[in-house]
Amino acid sequence: MSLTLPEVKRVAWLARIEITDAEAAAAQGHLNGIFKLIEQMQTVDTEGVEPMAHGQDVVQRLRDDVVTETDRHALYQAIAPQVENGLYLVPKVLE
Amino acid sequence: MFNSTLKQLSTLLAQKKLSSVELTQSCLDRIKRLDPGLNAFLTVDAEKSLAQARVADTQITSGRAQPLTGIPVALKDIFCAKGWRTTCGSKMLANFVSPYDAHVVERLNAAGAVILGKTNMDEFAMGSSSETGFFGPVRNPWDRSRVAGGSSGGSAAAVAARMAPAAIGTDTGGSIRQPAALSGICGLKPTYGVVSRYGMVAFASSLDQGGPMAKSAEDLALMLNAMAGFDARDSTSLERPAEDFTTRLLDKPATADRARPLAGLRIGVPKEYFGDGLASDVAAAVDAALVQLEKLGALRVAISLPNSGLSVPAYYVIAPAEASSNLSRFDGVRYGYRAAEYADLADMYAKSRAQGFGAEVKRRILIGTYVLSHGYYDAYYLKAQKIRRLIAQDFAEAYRNCDLIAGPTSPSVAFALGAMSSDPVQMYLNDIYTTAANLAGLPALSIPCGFGEGGMPVGLQLVGDYFAEARMLGAAHQYQLATDWHLRQPAGTE
Repeated sequence: MSLTLPEVKRVAWLARIEITDAEAAAAQGHLNGIFKLIEQMQTVDTEGVEPMAHGQDVVQRLRDDVVTETDRHALYQAIAPQVENGLYLVPKVLE
Repeated sequence: MFNSTLKQLSTLLAQKKLSSVELTQSCLDRIKRLDPGLNAFLTVDAEKSLAQARVADTQITSGRAQPLTGIPVALKDIFCAKGWRTTCGSKMLANFVSPYDAHVVERLNAAGAVILGKTNMDEFAMGSSSETGFFGPVRNPWDRSRVAGGSSGGSAAAVAARMAPAAIGTDTGGSIRQPAALSGICGLKPTYGVVSRYGMVAFASSLDQGGPMAKSAEDLALMLNAMAGFDARDSTSLERPAEDFTTRLLDKPATADRARPLAGLRIGVPKEYFGDGLASDVAAAVDAALVQLEKLGALRVAISLPNSGLSVPAYYVIAPAEASSNLSRFDGVRYGYRAAEYADLADMYAKSRAQGFGAEVKRRILIGTYVLSHGYYDAYYLKAQKIRRLIAQDFAEAYRNCDLIAGPTSPSVAFALGAMSSDPVQMYLNDIYTTAANLAGLPALSIPCGFGEGGMPVGLQLVGDYFAEARMLGAAHQYQLATDWHLRQPAGTE
């Protein structure tokens, strides 16, 4: 398989990364080289093999349904790009 | 003093022949003198470090010292440390001062260690050469025209140049072991889940694991003792009783034959790790190390890991897929870089991410986004997860006939700066012997075992079964009692 230029641009849009035409063209070459490497996966038959996500196949741990977090919003908002009255500011979304 | 082991430093501190303030100051002096040519450190804060050293000296005086009390340790800049700038090698986090400590940092602080500074790395740990970071490449202390390996290249160079007695790094596909090998030091990636990922900036969460980097196996064991432990804030942290990783470091083994301390240990040598692509100088040094292990009593067993050729392809699906998800948090809203100008919210996201991330990070986000997109999930991500199972099964099969697996850490010695920067695939193939342990979740370490082309260090990799860290460290320690490769120091760093 190989990605077309419009496909590279669509993936960049999905990833919310602005990309210029020149960057997209350069990325296309690199990505297709990488996918050629990745395609080697198709040489092995994995029919019936259980996918693996964790070495010990552990299950998700559950905790008691109690409050564990303390209020640290002032500390965390101190490093935000833009805040006002305890709220994160972003460009207007609704008119 | 700069070649002392952690145990020796600890003894000097206990005997009051040295204070932590003196030790920390001398490390800071060495950083000032040596680091301008290496670029191993991104942040040094003498006041903070010396304040911790003074507290450590009080603890020692009042008889409350632990094995690492007063010892300066360098942190890869992926670990959040409260009040320390934590950049992860990225413009995205260039001004991020962490409001909290990683679990590993909490543990090192509780152990009395002194934070010596934050070390340089590939951006978001994506790379095998420490060249992709926003703050410029790390240079190899053995030859400054070459890479130090990556992504934990700054930590490796800091230990190799004797600027830090020990350091910590992270390993997602070889990022502790490969820079350790290329820089002539020791590094250990523990079994997945032994060290908490809390406060380690996430790259590929099912593969990421923190671990120690130091001059000897004994030092690695002492560091791991402080780092390892259950942490409820990491959902994949393993609940197991505390383990002392130094128990197999026997200076005088109790076996009948003291000349053969490794008698009974079966070392598996996979034929796939010695094929095409392995440089002859690396092969020669690794082979000599295997002969040395046999001299120490180990039994060499020929094994096969038939699916090992698929580990790099599967890794470069799984790691970018998880990275694309993890790095979606960088949106210019809550922390990190925000573009100066934008039209609307979507444009703010796209511009902040375009300007804040470097080329390699963007490349991996694009791969990950694509393989997870509609219609491709089964063909790529699910397929890779199935291959991951096959790779883990290869190891399980191999461990029926051997106790440890040995081979090269990296296919070549350190290469020249810039040599592979234009060809991502060639760069990814540096990980050919290291990614399998991450995919399977197995512990693996690298120790120096000789020198190759240009007088550059070569690393021997040991891969163990789950929770075999102590056994691996024990074997590495016996090797280091019989050899002196790990004691060699780069010229010009005296």
